[in-house]
Amino acid sequence: MTALDAALLLSGGLLALGPAALPLARRPGGPALLHGAAATLSAALALLGLWALVAPGAPVQAVLPLGLPWLGAHFRLDALAAFFILVLGAGGTAASLYGIGYGRHLEAPGRVLPFYGPFLGAMALVLFADDAFTFLLSWESMSLLSWALVLADHRNPEARSASYVYLLMAGIGTMALLFAFGLLAGPGGGYAFAAIAAAERGPGVTAAILFLMLAGAGSKAGVFPLHVWLPLAHPAAPSHVSALMSGVMTKIALYGFIRVGFDLLGPVAWWASPVVIVLGSTTAVMGILLANVDRDAKRILAYSTIENVGVIFAALGLALAFRANGMTALAALALTAALFHILNHMLFKSLLFMAAGAVLAATGRRTLDALGGLIHRMPATAFLALVGVTAIAALPPLNGFASEWLLFQGILQSPGLPQPALQLLLPGAGGMLALAAALAAACFVRFYGIIFLGRPRSEAAAGAVEVDRWSLAAMAGLALLCLFGGILPGAVLDTLAPAVGLATGGRIPPQLGNSWATLVPVTAGQSSYSGLLVLAFITFGAMTSAWLVHRLASHRLRRGPAWDCGFPLTDGRSQYSAGGFSQPIRRALGGTLVAAREHVVMPPPGDMRPARHAAESGDVAWMRLYLPAAAAVGGLATRLNTLQFLTIRRYLGLVFVSLILLLVGLTQWN
Amino acid sequence: MELILGLLVQGGQMLVVLLLAPGLVGLVRKVRARLTRRRGAPVLQPYRDLLRLMKKEVVLAENASWMFRVAPYTIFAATWVAAALVPTFALGLQFSWTADLIAIVALLGSARFFLALAGMDVGTAFGGIGASREVMIGAFAEPAMLLTVFTLALVAGSTQLSVVAAFMASPAVGLRVSLGMALVALVIVAIAENARIPVDNPATHLELTMVHEAMVLEYSGRHLAMIEIAAALKLLLYVALIACVFFPWGMAAAGSGVLAHLLGLAAFLLKLAAGGVLLATFETAIAKMRVFRVPDFLGAALMLGLLGTLLLFVSRSL
Repeated sequence: MTALDAALLLSGGLLALGPAALPLARRPGGPALLHGAAATLSAALALLGLWALVAPGAPVQAVLPLGLPWLGAHFRLDALAAFFILVLGAGGTAASLYGIGYGRHLEAPGRVLPFYGPFLGAMALVLFADDAFTFLLSWESMSLLSWALVLADHRNPEARSASYVYLLMAGIGTMALLFAFGLLAGPGGGYAFAAIAAAERGPGVTAAILFLMLAGAGSKAGVFPLHVWLPLAHPAAPSHVSALMSGVMTKIALYGFIRVGFDLLGPVAWWASPVVIVLGSTTAVMGILLANVDRDAKRILAYSTIENVGVIFAALGLALAFRANGMTALAALALTAALFHILNHMLFKSLLFMAAGAVLAATGRRTLDALGGLIHRMPATAFLALVGVTAIAALPPLNGFASEWLLFQGILQSPGLPQPALQLLLPGAGGMLALAAALAAACFVRFYGIIFLGRPRSEAAAGAVEVDRWSLAAMAGLALLCLFGGILPGAVLDTLAPAVGLATGGRIPPQLGNSWATLVPVTAGQSSYSGLLVLAFITFGAMTSAWLVHRLASHRLRRGPAWDCGFPLTDGRSQYSAGGFSQPIRRALGGTLVAAREHVVMPPPGDMRPARHAAESGDVAWMRLYLPAAAAVGGLATRLNTLQFLTIRRYLGLVFVSLILLLVGLTQWN
Repeated sequence: MELILGLLVQGGQMLVVLLLAPGLVGLVRKVRARLTRRRGAPVLQPYRDLLRLMKKEVVLAENASWMFRVAPYTIFAATWVAAALVPTFALGLQFSWTADLIAIVALLGSARFFLALAGMDVGTAFGGIGASREVMIGAFAEPAMLLTVFTLALVAGSTQLSVVAAFMASPAVGLRVSLGMALVALVIVAIAENARIPVDNPATHLELTMVHEAMVLEYSGRHLAMIEIAAALKLLLYVALIACVFFPWGMAAAGSGVLAHLLGLAAFLLKLAAGGVLLATFETAIAKMRVFRVPDFLGAALMLGLLGTLLLFVSRSL
């Protein structure tokens, strides 16, 4: 049995969890059993992916007599797929482990579990697919199953509208993918990936395919302005499914883009790369700005996913630019940064969604303004979430910083590019990515500070209790991996080198031989960074200073009321609110970018009503693009409605006129 | 032998920055006082303040969590590690490869992150106001700083500070417009990051304009002392950074003798004093600005940084 057979069996096992859930989901212990099975299968998949990455071997292929009769279902396991299988398996394991405990809080397990296992299985099949038909079928199954999961809480009108928007956007995305694969297959109709990779096409067609993939895969990953469904749908699902959608499904979408753009498409002209870079960096800034002004814990995380997807797309665009100029080593550097960030984002975003889920389970509230002080009530969750926010804010020595640092090193190599347009673009893109990183830190100070620090802002927050051990174990595992990726990034980079090599034909220097786990992306003279030593120095410095101060100076401590310049207010609502905290950033950047407005209603003198202040902000893409488009479609439909009430005479006339017009058109065509 | 010398220089550097940092703060205060025709406290006053704070007991707010107690040491350690990696009197720092300039910026970002969180821990309105403004300032200052780093990296071909400083000391540099822009941008960032006038006022209390002081309002005793040392270290770090990149004269080269290191130390003391006097003069000559003007101020740094980088793409000799 080859590794691919084993992987397909595991995926089949995940798919089979769906039917198995139908009788089991409502039984006591059923959800735990199903989640446990999903965790085991995912863990096996992750190990298999890791093994396929570490053990060098030729890609294995298999054809199953499924799908189109003349095509069959082609499957293949190579280094690139193996890396994403690792991401999927690790994310799936953590989410399922978390689900064992969290599953008890599910209101309707019968609406979640029949789709949960198959969702994981469909994502795995996207990665193994080796022909366009299997790929699109698995892709669409993944979309529909996740749609069903978003709709799990179907009594909630928000979830219903979220799932509707999601279904529409998934449809548009799949259509773009259909066109992309149609163009890829060409008139010959060779739908197997091997035939697609062997085909020749002009630069115009190549770029068209790349842009269609950008729209199709990008809409699933959350690229601006196709992201609008994501902040609605990801938070609406149960928290461990949110973790999977944000942490893993967006990565499957990125896999689609990488597979086509780097592997199947062949050489791409350089002028296609600036589009990807600009789109990526715009997505990053817009996503994190929206995260900064939102007040819903899970929606903030969803917007931050958009930011991270933008960062990854910027790195992919950079890799495309280097590859188009034949600079394979630098293309490998940029792609390494992208893949590393893909792995990292899966880790910390899943962790944070799980922490938000734990808060939701403990308090029943998702709005920041109802939370606060949870570090006292949920100490373990608070500590693990702190690891998550430090990682996502790209702070050393955790993994988020390591991958962003690599990306900046890639951008600093841009003077070597021969095209002036790229040379001028890249510093700007670098600045935007730096802005996004700094705004991410601001966003997560707010996220963590308002949820976990301070005093409770509601009864629910004041009475919260710590979550179960399964959930904590899942979060602790992810937090440990975040730390591991941060202090031993070299081990991760060397592991994913085969995947990078497959996509770019180059690789960065091997990292594992470097002393003190130092990262040296190009040469030691240009840049190096050792997360391990930074962590060691910080720990040593903090411990020694604390010990010395306690030993030599004073260790006395007294508790007293807070000072607050003499006016300590005891009500939790006297603290900064989520809207208040983001006010400086909203005012400085939000005017046009997130349509931030503030209204003050001041009653006239003598009127006893309270003055009111309201701050509004929203998604510009939604307001300026989607609402007008929806209004236009609606208006057109109303106009066309009259067509339903014509007499038979007019219908016949209409048919006649259309026929004439078509015939005239046909004669002109020939 | 080389290793021992390297370790000595590194250890010396860590001690020198720690010992000189409060002195720099004292010097700035003294010069400011003299410029406004006050006598001012002695230059050594910050050392005495720190010692007294260290010996006092800590009064902790009732609902302060462990985060509030751990943060001062974390902030101090992160700032100290960053300061230990910026060459001050000698280039041959043993651990200079641990973190490049981008990582040093990020280390300071970590310190800011934890300070802002600590400000929110007790749940007072002042802590919130300080944290909220601090992250806004950081959101502009960090990209400006990184663009400056880009400019330097493009000129020197490295983000490694010792390499950058060695290149800047070589005759290959010459006068460049982009470096001038980078210098101005870096100075603006340094003023904002260190909570100096016109962005923030380190001498104020009970004002709605305060940022840094609002965050640390609940701190007392040894915790406050650690945060004050960290703040002083950060100021020294920025002065040392500007000195080592733009005025790298007199620094001892890697592997040079004892005399060169002593000379380097003297040169560093001079640079530090010059930096302190200039900062104090600038602060007395300018008024504090409204908090919502700060984005414009830092935006100028951002644009200068970007312009400097773009100029280098137009011509490598600009």
